[in-house]
Amino acid sequence: MAESRPPELDVDRLIDDRRTRIIVCCGSGGVGKTTLAAAIGLRAAERGRHVVVLTVDPARRLAQSMGLTSLDNTPRVVPGVRPAAHAGNGAESAGSLHAMMLDMKRTFDEIVEAHADPDRAAQILANPFYQSLSSSFAGTQEYMAMEKLGQLRRADEWDLIVVDTPPSRSALDFLDAPQRLSRFLDGKLLRLLTAPAKVGGRAYLRVLNAGFGVVTGMLTKILGTAVLKDVQTFVSALDTMFGGFRERADYTYQLLRAPGTSFLVVAAPEDDALREASYFVERLDHERMPLAGLIINRVQLLPAAHLSAARSQAAAETLQAAGPSEHAGSEEAARLLTIAALHLHADRMEQAAAQRRTAEQFTGAHPLVPVAEIPAQAEDVHDLDGLRRIGQAFGSA
Amino acid sequence: MATRDTDWDGVRLHVVTGKGGTGKTTVAGALALALAANGKNVLLMEVEGRQGIAQLFDVPPLPYAERRIAVGLGTRAHQGGDVFALVADPESALLEYLEMFYSLRHAGSALAKLGVMDFATTIAPGLRDVLLTGKAAEAVRRKDDKRSRVYDAVVMDAPPTGRIGRFLNVTSEVSDLARVGPIRGHADTVLKVIRSPETVVHFVTVLEEMPVQETLDGIAELRALGGIRAGGIIVNMTRPLELAAGQLQAAADGDIDQAQLALGLKSAGLDDAAALAAALSAELCAQAKTALGQELQQQRLDTAGQPCYQLPWLTGGIGLSGLYRLASALREQKAA
Repeated sequence: MAESRPPELDVDRLIDDRRTRIIVCCGSGGVGKTTLAAAIGLRAAERGRHVVVLTVDPARRLAQSMGLTSLDNTPRVVPGVRPAAHAGNGAESAGSLHAMMLDMKRTFDEIVEAHADPDRAAQILANPFYQSLSSSFAGTQEYMAMEKLGQLRRADEWDLIVVDTPPSRSALDFLDAPQRLSRFLDGKLLRLLTAPAKVGGRAYLRVLNAGFGVVTGMLTKILGTAVLKDVQTFVSALDTMFGGFRERADYTYQLLRAPGTSFLVVAAPEDDALREASYFVERLDHERMPLAGLIINRVQLLPAAHLSAARSQAAAETLQAAGPSEHAGSEEAARLLTIAALHLHADRMEQAAAQRRTAEQFTGAHPLVPVAEIPAQAEDVHDLDGLRRIGQAFGSA
Repeated sequence: MATRDTDWDGVRLHVVTGKGGTGKTTVAGALALALAANGKNVLLMEVEGRQGIAQLFDVPPLPYAERRIAVGLGTRAHQGGDVFALVADPESALLEYLEMFYSLRHAGSALAKLGVMDFATTIAPGLRDVLLTGKAAEAVRRKDDKRSRVYDAVVMDAPPTGRIGRFLNVTSEVSDLARVGPIRGHADTVLKVIRSPETVVHFVTVLEEMPVQETLDGIAELRALGGIRAGGIIVNMTRPLELAAGQLQAAADGDIDQAQLALGLKSAGLDDAAALAAALSAELCAQAKTALGQELQQQRLDTAGQPCYQLPWLTGGIGLSGLYRLASALREQKAA
């Protein structure tokens, strides 16, 4: 079989291109997406961009690695950004880096406060149903992440926004959740429920006659009357904002499709992660969202890659068969050390081969998607230098 | 039947959680196979709608129905029992619940078409959880006509560590919503099962900083909730290095005798021994650094005071045979 290599994803070119205004990092959980988003942000800043990284991951370590004690809902400046030596992109000086972590409840509260008069806002914020919706509705986090992205873009204080998507059940959730929540909030059913509390509910009356009794009866059985009452109060208080939710969801959706936005799909070189990545690439294509490429993170790269697993294993067996050396001491130590090194190498070569096969399943199905590989790091990232090391992998592309 | 001590004798509901990417579903599958040794019947349940079990066992997508998907781990003395799988989703569980308590299946299906089910589970996230845990509790308690339990054990591939406390602590979740009423009563029954000694929560992790932190946080969270028991910590994808303890630190510091290594390589018949020794010692150094970091993480896990089990890294993917290997490893370590 002829080996066909996928096009190389040039992340440096992407971040050096001033027309790139938003980079969305997506992928399934546990692939190192948040750390990569931070590494991309740092590299872009050191190559002259003014960057804000929006993360949803409450990882203290990530905050600490950027010299911040913690991240919150306000962009904080990351100290220690310096111009990249020989960036070769014409940038004379470093840009800047801000980082923030999404607080979904706070963001939701702010929308309410911005759109309702103080009395009504207070009423909504105190509603038990609102509290449950804003802190635990499956989809609120995704919706608020996109809302925050929209806010950052409108603020226009940064020329590049790097956003890390929530660790959803499925990587696609953040595309669907905003619409799901807005559909829910201005949905027929919610209006049906609240119709008795409103005067102008005539359009729904016909449906209402047929089904309302059954529907509320059922919901009361399941949830109890108190919940329904909370929902009704909430919805009538929120009434003026209904249109707003849909508009906002539409705005972010358009923003994601606009020129200047690029999606990076992040995966680990494993079956599950690459399968998710495949779904995601297909979905982005279907929605005509601009995919920049796939980043395969934590790839096993070996300095002695020219020594195959089989030869390494065979050599180890030769040494084992030879048995303990008659000359105790250094010769025997050499033998044991070599066996350990050869076994390790054979094992890692097999892992690398398995990773390559998995990656080839992806590239076989999506031959046109550019790919970049990030080598596995020996240690966890603890500081800006750790993030820089990851970013350097983009340079070799 | 000969009884054999395991760390979890008497446990019937094994809840398996873990951070994304740690192999939670794989471990849940292996645990189900291990528990189904000696002719026991086990239900493996999935609650997040990702069809992870179907992928793991390489079968077509599973419906909301209990299907036999594998034979448990065989031992010298006994054949394995049966492993059944169930993909539980809140909507189907709600329909089943309505039917069971109100004989409302038809009305329920009609309402499902209207989107009422989606609505109900949407405005009350706690409802979603109580329906899923409720299904597990029901399976644990179910008896056949001879009044013996249908399943010897139920293994639940649960939500990730970050959400596990909220997922299991159904009463407080639901009491915020349904202060009285049938769901509240249902939740109380479910919680009785979850808080009984028949239920434990196992944590799957790998030896990296973030998953270990989430494991420790998750165990602390369960303890703070009170009444829900933490089970074992299953360290997945371990790959020990063949170096003595003293050598490990030296190797991580880059203190590797390349001349010695070159000598060894030469006597193994490999060419260009000096260059190869340099490349291999770079590999050793990187892996030793990783291993030292892992030792540190293992020490942190040890402070949790829960039994720890090690599952090996399987080169070249898992597959069914790999799953049985992991199952025997769990059994040998008395996790099942």
